[in-house]
Amino acid sequence: MTTDAGLKRTPLYELHQGLGARMVPFAGYEMPIQYSGIVAEHRAVREAAGIFDLSHMGEFHFDGPAARAAVDRLVSSDVAGLEPGEARYGLLCNEGGTIVDDVIVYRTGADHLLMVVNAANVEKDEAHVRRYLPKDVAFLDRSAETALIAVQGPRAADILVRVAGGSVAALAPFGVKSARAAGAEATIARTGYTGEDGFEVFVDNADAVRVWQALLVAGRGDALVPVGLGARDTLRLEARFSLYGNDIDETTGPIEAGLGWTCKLDKDFVGRDAVARQKADGPKRRIVGLVVEGGVARHGHDVVSEGRAVGKVTSGTYGPTVAQNIALAYVPTALSKVGTAVAVRIRDKDVPATVVKTPFYRRAQ
Amino acid sequence: MSAVPDDLRYSKEHEWVRLEGDTATIGITHFAQEQLGDVVFVELPEKSASVRQFASLGVVESVKAASDIYSPISGEVVERNVKVIEKPELVNTAPYEQGWLVKVKLADKGELGKLLSAQDYRAHIGETPGAGGD
Repeated sequence: MTTDAGLKRTPLYELHQGLGARMVPFAGYEMPIQYSGIVAEHRAVREAAGIFDLSHMGEFHFDGPAARAAVDRLVSSDVAGLEPGEARYGLLCNEGGTIVDDVIVYRTGADHLLMVVNAANVEKDEAHVRRYLPKDVAFLDRSAETALIAVQGPRAADILVRVAGGSVAALAPFGVKSARAAGAEATIARTGYTGEDGFEVFVDNADAVRVWQALLVAGRGDALVPVGLGARDTLRLEARFSLYGNDIDETTGPIEAGLGWTCKLDKDFVGRDAVARQKADGPKRRIVGLVVEGGVARHGHDVVSEGRAVGKVTSGTYGPTVAQNIALAYVPTALSKVGTAVAVRIRDKDVPATVVKTPFYRRAQ
Repeated sequence: MSAVPDDLRYSKEHEWVRLEGDTATIGITHFAQEQLGDVVFVELPEKSASVRQFASLGVVESVKAASDIYSPISGEVVERNVKVIEKPELVNTAPYEQGWLVKVKLADKGELGKLLSAQDYRAHIGETPGAGGD
């Protein structure tokens, strides 16, 4: 549904209001940015579990015997090698070797693939995909009809089992299966964007409220709390996951963005040759993790070295678990080594910062 | 604790002033900290800096964003709250007590007349009279 302001709402909108969420416009949707508070929600996900409404995300379906080869040609990573029930992170690139979107591709059947794309990119991605898709592959954008609910955190598996049965606990990381959740047909994957164990549950809009409520009830004894986009951002940044539109976009290439590992250069994919050149030449700049002492770096701040602006912060926040001000920034390759001292220009002051190893946070195995 | 204590003066920008002699303690209101969310960084002027009424006093950063703080009165900074620099969450947990920001020696008592009473501030933030408690 759409409000007067032209903003779309997910099927869980009323529930968010009932839970005391603060709603903000995000990627054309009215989405919860926080409920109890960003830091409390962040900690809940690290220590127990959180439930997220991600129904704004886009879902593309590809069907037919030729689907896997076609999507393999669109995505930088090894889609051809996915077994049924497996998923993989990868990039959509353009011919020039910059990033159109970052996606997860799920092989949900022998001849069926699900591609989850960023909400803000649904239209752009569809146009991009259609440009390269052979006619014998059926394409369906089900973004508007699909709700996505994530449960993330160390107790996520215990909670999900109560709603979707014991078989979901047997899913490997990046595994995906069909299951019934609270009586509804669901696609359940062991994927997420928080750095914790967790699941993403795709259901039809009509079932979203029932599944959300069932998960909340199932998580009552496990300190499950609703989590908004604010904590989603601090969680993903500590885990050093890229945010499209901030850290990566159509001006950045996979190698400088630290996403070379997603590019299988010994296969053909759109942008492959350009990415191979980026790798062979070595990028002029690289994305690095920064710890900032005495200020919070934000998207767009300059990175300064010897008084000169040499780079840009792409994401920055206070990381509640690492208890430091952390950021991602592009800097000249010569300044990208761990331990390099730079500064971030915050309100006309050069605040000391150090290049550090990422991820900032890694969960204990 | 009341959300808008009766004994303070307020600015429209959501700062409060507590007057003791000619020293004014300054902080941000309960309403302001609630709007900001979790405060993670506070930037304050140095001791003996002079501040002007309704001009910038410092910055409070929440997880999501930086917000300017404006001085509700003019004067000289005689003390900054070192505890709140070390523990910025005091702004959230005790905005009128341990979460104060600076103490200023008043330059002009007349400026207090440009500030809001508790009653006017409640109206300013849309609280109905008598609903100030929390």
